[in-house]
Amino acid sequence: MKKAKQLLLSNMVPVLFGIICIIGIILSGTPISTILSDLVNRFDRNILLVLSLIIPVTCGMGMNFGIVLGAMCGQMGLIAVTIMGIDGIGGILAAALMAFFAAIICGFLAGKILNRTKGQEMITSMIVGYFSNGIYQFIFLFVVGGIIKVESDIILSGGVGIKNTVALDNMQYALDNLSIFGISTRVDLFSGILFFSIFFAVLFLMQAALRHQFGKKQIIQLAACACCAAASQIMTRMPAFTVAKMLIRIPIPTFLLTIGVCLLIQQFMKTKLGQDMRAIGHDREVAGASGIKVDQIRIISVIISTVLAAWGQIIFYQNLGTMDAYYGHEKVGTFCVAAILIGGASVKKATIGQAVLGTILFHLLFNVSPLASQQLFNNSMVGGYFRMTLCYAVIAVALMLHVFETRAKDKEQRA
Amino acid sequence: MENNTAIPVLSIQNVGKAYGENWVLSDVSMNIMPGEIHAICGENGAGKSTLMNILFGMPVIMQTGGYTGKIFIEGKECSITSPEQAIAKGIGMVHQEFMLIPGFTAGENIKLNREPLRDNPVSRVLGQRMKTVDFAQISRDSQATLDRLGVTLEEGRMVDSLPVGYMQFVEIAREIDKKNIKLLILDEPTAVLTESESEIVLRIVKRLSKMGIAVLLITHRIGDIMEVADMVTILRDGKNVRTVAVADTTAGEIAQMMVGRDLDLSAIEKRTETLSEEVVLSVRNFKVDMPGEAVKGVDLQVRKGEILGIGGLAGQGKIGIANGLMGLFPATGEAVVFGKALKLNSPKSSINAGLAFVSEDRRRMGFAPDLSIAENIAAPAMLNYNQFFNNLLFFKQIDEKTVRENAKKYIDEFQIKCTGPDQAVGTLSGGNQQKVCVASALMLTPKILLVSEPTRGIDVGAKNMVLKTIARINREQGVTVIFTSSELAELRQICDRIAIISDGTVSDILPADASSEAIGLAMSGNRR
Amino acid sequence: METIKRGVRKFGMPRIIIIAFIIVILIGALLEGQDMAALISDSLVRVGQNMLLAVAMLPCILVGAGLNMGLAIGIVCGLLAGLLSVQFELVSWAGFLAACAMALLFGSIAGVLYGRLMNMVKGSEMLIGNYLGSAVVYLMCMFWFAAPFTNSTIIWPMGGTGVRTTVPVSDYYEKILNNFLAFQIGKVTVPTGLFLFVGAVCAVVYLFTRSRTGTVLRVAGNNQAFAGMIGVNVNRARIIGIALSTMLAAMGIVVYAQSYGFYQTYEGPLTMAFTPMAAILLGGATMRSVKIRHAVIGSFLIQILLTTALPVCNQLFPESNLSEVFRIIISNGIILYALSQAGGEGR
Repeated sequence: MKKAKQLLLSNMVPVLFGIICIIGIILSGTPISTILSDLVNRFDRNILLVLSLIIPVTCGMGMNFGIVLGAMCGQMGLIAVTIMGIDGIGGILAAALMAFFAAIICGFLAGKILNRTKGQEMITSMIVGYFSNGIYQFIFLFVVGGIIKVESDIILSGGVGIKNTVALDNMQYALDNLSIFGISTRVDLFSGILFFSIFFAVLFLMQAALRHQFGKKQIIQLAACACCAAASQIMTRMPAFTVAKMLIRIPIPTFLLTIGVCLLIQQFMKTKLGQDMRAIGHDREVAGASGIKVDQIRIISVIISTVLAAWGQIIFYQNLGTMDAYYGHEKVGTFCVAAILIGGASVKKATIGQAVLGTILFHLLFNVSPLASQQLFNNSMVGGYFRMTLCYAVIAVALMLHVFETRAKDKEQRA
Repeated sequence: MENNTAIPVLSIQNVGKAYGENWVLSDVSMNIMPGEIHAICGENGAGKSTLMNILFGMPVIMQTGGYTGKIFIEGKECSITSPEQAIAKGIGMVHQEFMLIPGFTAGENIKLNREPLRDNPVSRVLGQRMKTVDFAQISRDSQATLDRLGVTLEEGRMVDSLPVGYMQFVEIAREIDKKNIKLLILDEPTAVLTESESEIVLRIVKRLSKMGIAVLLITHRIGDIMEVADMVTILRDGKNVRTVAVADTTAGEIAQMMVGRDLDLSAIEKRTETLSEEVVLSVRNFKVDMPGEAVKGVDLQVRKGEILGIGGLAGQGKIGIANGLMGLFPATGEAVVFGKALKLNSPKSSINAGLAFVSEDRRRMGFAPDLSIAENIAAPAMLNYNQFFNNLLFFKQIDEKTVRENAKKYIDEFQIKCTGPDQAVGTLSGGNQQKVCVASALMLTPKILLVSEPTRGIDVGAKNMVLKTIARINREQGVTVIFTSSELAELRQICDRIAIISDGTVSDILPADASSEAIGLAMSGNRR
Repeated sequence: METIKRGVRKFGMPRIIIIAFIIVILIGALLEGQDMAALISDSLVRVGQNMLLAVAMLPCILVGAGLNMGLAIGIVCGLLAGLLSVQFELVSWAGFLAACAMALLFGSIAGVLYGRLMNMVKGSEMLIGNYLGSAVVYLMCMFWFAAPFTNSTIIWPMGGTGVRTTVPVSDYYEKILNNFLAFQIGKVTVPTGLFLFVGAVCAVVYLFTRSRTGTVLRVAGNNQAFAGMIGVNVNRARIIGIALSTMLAAMGIVVYAQSYGFYQTYEGPLTMAFTPMAAILLGGATMRSVKIRHAVIGSFLIQILLTTALPVCNQLFPESNLSEVFRIIISNGIILYALSQAGGEGR
């Protein structure tokens, strides 16, 4: 009982948000299938963006609000691809490649600036984000078409600047629904559960083999997979879940990609570079004094974050299908930071689990609040404002808590 | 300790270091044989840290002009310009502030930046940095090293969960884990440890010596020196006073060599009248929680018009007394000033009671760096006595003219080198900043002036000036002075009596003309 | 060469760049045949309109809490005051002055609370202030939505509750300051009343910085430990500074609205903090030292730049809305520069 209580207290933030979400779901009066369907899509879109925040946190740079730069690089890639007329998965890959190089450059520059403001990284990355947003707007409002002459559908009628919304029809679901040998990979809920149960079972087995470990933990993991697989096959035949089966689509390739990135992040932390980042994150001065090249490695962490954010934004739009060229990236930093904080992360520590949990909770709340407020107040605007207030308040409170924690720890150390 | 090779593992010849005009270390020479435990002791400012920084190639040395003299390692002359170089040559250092990553295990710390690595598919393409860390190997190696030291500690424990002493062991383990280590420098290793932890450290030092590793032990704990060291070098004012085998000397002698000094400053005029017996400030069971200078129960009585010196070795608590009296650190106990109980932990109450403070931490709390000399000097009087203001309707306005004139007065009197009263204090040199601090404290027209290390880090001329000024306001205005300093010479020069603080309590109160030996003994305390 | 270098560093690179920009744009304007008189008149108005918001930054920097990124909190107080003055059908001077008075009142209350919070997070004021400010703006959005205002200027025309996104003051006190004692020099209109009022506030702030309380704030802001040692209650000083900042912002938005013609509610205040920050930094303020002339000079520079750039750009690139983009790039660029000069960890 005590352990449960302790678990609850130390994870207060996600628990609190979980409760708010549940209240919201109930109040919204929307059927669960609809909510889940939307949630799966939102999760799919956003998870990579949130994951991109983890590495800079580990390196002691706090919340990288500058992932906006990565998002902008991703958008530039998509715009370029649309202008060049490349479709489908080819377009996505081409965009990803271009965004990759752009993101490396942007990440490098951002990292350089952040190295000049050690101790104030978060606010600097925030302003870097706003500043680059201005540059981005300038490029696409004016340079494209104005200075660089371009012939394309997406250019505004006057010939200068691109349209507000760029349709990505021929790329939508290109990754989500990658068809392999003609078979659609964007499957219904239960097939999805079945697939991933088998997938994780294989993964766990491989891990067990590599580490020569086969104990209680492994048995529980495999049992869980088996249960999920079985349950999915049973539920898929039950009429009660037909609606769910029809509405909720699981995009296997994207989820596979996400799992891949998670695994890579885990492995990365075990490399020398990862270990160095951890050292810098805990204590920059000690790390520097023992010969670790602090400045260089900090820049690398920002570059990795920016690249992941760039790809994340591409995945975002391939799911959404239409791109808000001018403002689509604006709130990426804020939302992703809020999400990971809601998941229980802090300025000093962020894990993959927290990113996943936070993304689910945040987007659940995001989805549900306008619906709930529609039911309660007969308009959805208030719900929209409510969720923004919550979003910013969460960040402010989490940041404040971090200050208190650091202060308490300093006092303790000195005593 | 018994090695028949005649080549010292480290030989320092005529090494010196100047910061600008100030020679903090001059003409220091010594030899250290393999496996020898060599202690270096001296007061604050004697040059111990500088010597260590030179030996370990710390950037601060190179960035300020390097060092003079020669250093030989195992007979070969070398110049050490970076910590990496020092490490490569077999020198290890355990700093006073722990260089540990709190969120790592002991093992990870021991192997910090020298982790054993394994290849993986990515590292073949992207290079060295992407190799996987062999955590299993880290565990094995680090545990072995800890065992070699004779320390019972599991390498898997998080460093931030360890007691302070064990952090020290992990640091030492990290250094000797480096295979080529020949000389280990320990900077005040027992300063923050408990008795039992200190015992373990000294045992480790002896063990290291048996392993053939020479140990350079920087310390001011004479007891430790007597217990483990083979040789001791006493530094004073940047010079090597003497290098002697521990077997050939005593604790008292060491203490005396540390503090004794020729009086080379011009004498302060002696008193003409005798002092009254009236007590203006008294403390009973005064305790102050000041990190590093804890006061553990001091009883003192300060007489009217006297200059009472407070001396003692670093970390023993002498600095804490004045800080506690001014309410800057949590204090408990009884304090009575001019017959009224003093409200503790409130700087404002202390000021109202007639106290003023010239802090030893000049940079942190001595002045406002971006404000002008004029404003800094006037500030305490402005904010406490509403001086220097004109009334303009319902606003008080700063009377700039008088503020500047007042500052000019002090600039002349103290000979503050500056471009004028409008210069920002942060841009002045240390000595001149100190003069500003003294001036601003005097502006409070205190009845009791507390000065703490007032001549630290300033040149001889400025030193004299400050001392003369303090003596003058004491003689002419009857201001009682409590003068805390680690420089015995200046205490003897200016004070009437000197209270020596050891281990947070008053060890002895001696007249200013007591012998160096008596004072030294009081400083080294009665422990061990 | 050396003297040039020293001169540049002393005068400040950003200011030189901005002045260069202004000159280029003015030349461009002349070449394009723009209505120079209109440009100058507009610039003057914009300078006066925005100056108080920049001045609001001063007490916050003075007391050591950095740039007031939570300026939105003060702005929101001012909006509330303004809407109330409209609700109560107060016109002309009565309306304007009442709005100012209420703004100061609300600003002081909110400012004290905000100051208390900031005292708990010394060292991270800017970061946390930014998010608190945004949270408050959205909280107020919910309020605006449900607020029981009844005045038809304020609420949506189709009836129902809820404040409009922009509340015009044309029937109340629009341009009351601007037009007061306004006169013409050739074709240029000088908004005398505006400058008189703003000038008076600046004068009061100036006197304040040289008063006893101002000195307390300045010392506390420059070195907390030193201030504590000479008997200053640093926490109280910080609350005063931040409260003053909030009050000035509240009044500032009232002055802004009377000149601009509208109170902008809902998400309006979100990005309003950045231009004043850039202005005061441009004027020469640093995180460690600030004077009233920084706010004044900086406001002139940045508002002239932004005002003159708009028509020139619109003529060059008629399809685009470059002025907003310019504002973003310049304001944030200046702030970024200031941050990197402070070199981090330098507080």
